[in-house]
Amino acid sequence: MEGVARRSMMGMAYRDKDIFASLCQKMLPVLEEKKQRLGRKLRFMEVCGTHTVSFSKTGVREVLADYVDLVSGPGCPVCVTDQSDMDQMIAFAKRSDTIVATFGDMMKVPGSYSNLYKEKADGAEVRIVYSPSQAVEIARQNPQKQVVFLGVGFETTVPSIALSIRKAEREKVRNYFVYSAHKLTPPALQPLIQDPTHQLDGFLLPGHVSVIIGRKGWNLLESLNEPAVIGGFEPIDLLTSIYLLTLEMNKERRSVVNNYSRMVRENGNEKAQELLKEIFEVDSVKWRGFGILPNSGLRMNAAYQSYDALTNLPVDRPVTKGIKGCRCGEIVKGKETPFGCPLFAKACTPENPIGPCMVSSEGTCSTYYQFERGKEKITY
Amino acid sequence: MCLSVPAKIIEIGSSGWQAKVDYLGSHIDVGISLLDRVEVGQYVLVHVGEAIQVVDEELAKESIEIWKGWLDEA
Repeated sequence: MEGVARRSMMGMAYRDKDIFASLCQKMLPVLEEKKQRLGRKLRFMEVCGTHTVSFSKTGVREVLADYVDLVSGPGCPVCVTDQSDMDQMIAFAKRSDTIVATFGDMMKVPGSYSNLYKEKADGAEVRIVYSPSQAVEIARQNPQKQVVFLGVGFETTVPSIALSIRKAEREKVRNYFVYSAHKLTPPALQPLIQDPTHQLDGFLLPGHVSVIIGRKGWNLLESLNEPAVIGGFEPIDLLTSIYLLTLEMNKERRSVVNNYSRMVRENGNEKAQELLKEIFEVDSVKWRGFGILPNSGLRMNAAYQSYDALTNLPVDRPVTKGIKGCRCGEIVKGKETPFGCPLFAKACTPENPIGPCMVSSEGTCSTYYQFERGKEKITY
Repeated sequence: MCLSVPAKIIEIGSSGWQAKVDYLGSHIDVGISLLDRVEVGQYVLVHVGEAIQVVDEELAKESIEIWKGWLDEA
């Protein structure tokens, strides 16, 4: 129990009500002044589904509401996975000799004609795992089957998936494959910055992606002179990061600020970065809502082709079609709020999600459904 | 999906690839091969079964103290 007590103490410091209230007293007038000078509210984009949830869950979104519009960006890997990738994953599940292993978030994400949950109900072998290494164990226990792990995730998650490939290699598990739909976060921000119709004043950068890529992984934003702060997830992290973003706006020459130094180092986790380079290569891939983004994804490189589900397990992938009425493609770019979608909280709910942003617990629609309904004043 | 939690290392496995951590009183096996060096008693950030960073407790304390100090300034 000592561990529990000590962890709480460390986490609690960033949740301290009195410090938070005192910080608000000093910081909110600075936000107000900036708002007055601009003649409008500040508009910052958070690029992490965990931030979207934290702003709502902690009430910090409401504390800031008079000064700042928080725009949810492409921070949920499940949500930005393209429809054609979903169809490919569902097609793997239809193979009679194949077990699909996946994180639970993917089960109800709609493909063009089905989802993994329905496929499982129809007899497909789809298993939920909490860690990619569990999928290697499934492969070892089922040598007569092919096991495909659905590789969905940002820089935070890919090293663990890379380790599962290394584990399969080390333990000579030959029937383990990964379908790599992995995405890199920084390349998705460039089109948002350069979109003339998108008025964004800066970015709250994802804390745990930054653990892997480091502060210097965001060089692209620095070269574009964009206000950007790496932040944590507790109330004081959120408030101070928004304050620091506001200060960055006033500077002529901006650098990416690391406001999560207890977790994020300048160079990130170099061991994880080396592992990614060893197994994957950067490729231009398709994102939901964005289309093909240059150098924004990871594919298995030539040396690891024998673990690539795409090249080793042929499937009949159906012709991909869009989801009628769903605004997820605009929501992941922060061009639309869930309230702007005609399906939100009517036809599309967490129980019966029509689009991926309602499926993942960190999807913008799911978060707004849980915490922000009845506050339709939120507009971008 | 990038949700990660800090947990305390309570035992390091003999292979050097795994450790047992304490997360809110539960004891869980996690991979440690993404870290250079880890010691019993340290806190690590755990994501999908792998420790991805050692928590810098000194910096954690220092950062909050900096904000508290900033509040005390005139």
